[in-house]
Amino acid sequence: MATSTYPARNPQLPLAGFYRRIRVWDQVAYLVTLASAILILAVVGLIVFELWISSQPTMQTFGWSFLTHSRWDPNGEKFGALPFIYGTCVTASLALLIAVPFGVMASVFLAELAPPRLSNILTFLIELLAAVPSVIYGLIGIFVLIPMIRSYLVPSLTSVFGFLPLFQGDFYGVSLLSAGLVLSIMVVPFIISVSREVLLAVPVDQREAALALGTTKWETTWQIVIPNAKVGIIGSVFLALARALGETMAVTMVIGNTPKISASLLAPGYSIAAVIANEFAEASGDLYISSLIFLGLVLFGLTIVINALARILVLTTARRSA
Amino acid sequence: MLMAISPRRKFVNALMLSLSGLCTLIVISVLFFILGYLLFHGARSLNLQFLTSLPKPSGETGGGMANAIVGSFKVLLVATSIGVPLGFLAGVYLAEYSGKTFAFLFRYVVDLLNGVPSIVIGIIAYAVVVRPMKHYSALAGGVALGIMMIPIAVRTTEEFLRSVPNSLREGSLALGATKAKTIFAVVVPAAISGLISGLMLNLARVAGETAPLLFTALGNMFWSRGWMQPIATLPVMIYNYAISPEEDLHQQAWAAGFVLLALVLAVNVTAKMIIMRGPAASRR
Repeated sequence: MATSTYPARNPQLPLAGFYRRIRVWDQVAYLVTLASAILILAVVGLIVFELWISSQPTMQTFGWSFLTHSRWDPNGEKFGALPFIYGTCVTASLALLIAVPFGVMASVFLAELAPPRLSNILTFLIELLAAVPSVIYGLIGIFVLIPMIRSYLVPSLTSVFGFLPLFQGDFYGVSLLSAGLVLSIMVVPFIISVSREVLLAVPVDQREAALALGTTKWETTWQIVIPNAKVGIIGSVFLALARALGETMAVTMVIGNTPKISASLLAPGYSIAAVIANEFAEASGDLYISSLIFLGLVLFGLTIVINALARILVLTTARRSA
Repeated sequence: MLMAISPRRKFVNALMLSLSGLCTLIVISVLFFILGYLLFHGARSLNLQFLTSLPKPSGETGGGMANAIVGSFKVLLVATSIGVPLGFLAGVYLAEYSGKTFAFLFRYVVDLLNGVPSIVIGIIAYAVVVRPMKHYSALAGGVALGIMMIPIAVRTTEEFLRSVPNSLREGSLALGATKAKTIFAVVVPAAISGLISGLMLNLARVAGETAPLLFTALGNMFWSRGWMQPIATLPVMIYNYAISPEEDLHQQAWAAGFVLLALVLAVNVTAKMIIMRGPAASRR
């Protein structure tokens, strides 16, 4: 073996001590980096453990009916999470309903139509928007979007769809609709940047073959490129969904923070993340805090499952085309 | 034989393609209308007093957010000193030592950690730091943001170390350097510009985080001394002022939003410029 001639094995050499020392350091460096990796895994474990342990009081008091009861009364120590789960699901679905068509169409434009230079610049700008802090979207939601929704969007919605229960009742500005709209603006950049990547990963020969057969540019895109990239696009939508579910500040600022279930999108609501943000610092009593942490656990579980799925979807398309 | 494309197909083609362009235009213009509005409105509300003085008690006009600006930097300092070394070393392990399976699984876990909602991280920092110590503190806020910095620190470190050509490693090993020496004296310096820009992006991302600070750093109307007291931060101030009923505070929220956004975007653009130039420069 080559190591038998390694100077550290030969005590006669004057530098033996030095060589032994650097070999020890070599081991130390390895162990330190390994320890960091394990420590990070431990942190993830700690997150799960803490959420689980701290939500035990609520789990033992209410059991799983916590998730299906709709009464949230901290003074009477009655806790039911349904209004928050409802608000979270409604705002997230509304956000996706708006953001997905826009996001996918825009990514088609950026990947298939725009000249590369333009596409790169636009993508750079759009990705920059993903870096804007959520509290800033909330600020804009309160002072810019809500007045606009009040004066333009709501009157037209109620005059056209007013017969639907979705658009009935008074509009106070803060509402599920406002939260959904703000969220849709926040998640669009994510959908665009991931979908564009996935579309660009579809091999060029596929497009050339289709075009050579006489299809139009749109038919190629719609029937060849998008089906090829479908899984990855769905992955990007899942990523956006996870983000919309967990988004806290912007939603808290515009959703109205009212623990009620209402069929109308114009009514105020509440989301899981928003109730934690709003009430955690002032919560008194173990059961109250524990209930909020249980909500955190629910949110954690939801986003983990969705993210895990999304990553698998994006990974499989990326690998297949590689 | 060439088949003529029917007018209907031509029409659908033109319609859908212009629709996709229109969608891009709408998305871009909505987003930029919003940011333009913020920059315009925020810059108007900004003045020197805002940057240098403390918040005024409720009811009085004027005052500023000097304590929150300093507070944000203090919390970020704690966060960086927790999250970055840990993430960097783990990234080194992934890029240089780890086997394929472990690297894949670890990367997956780190990605999941990246997707955990920030409010949940806040709960953890509350449970681990605030509850045992029995009071809110800059340290707790730093721990929350520090955990949030780990995933990006790991991923950027791994990515930029992997982009260093193997010939550098082989050259160093051939000269008799140990593996650790090779990594820390040759590979890391070769990737340094990428690592620094990754750190900048990471900082810019957590600098705007509000949710995990609400019940860890809490807030403070005065200067916060040391690391164990509640501390004001820019994002939390924006939130508190924006939802308050006072008109004067709304102006301050806009100004604070402007300062925060300007910092975040400037750091982002600089970091992305460094990354875009990086590989070409280091390969020469």
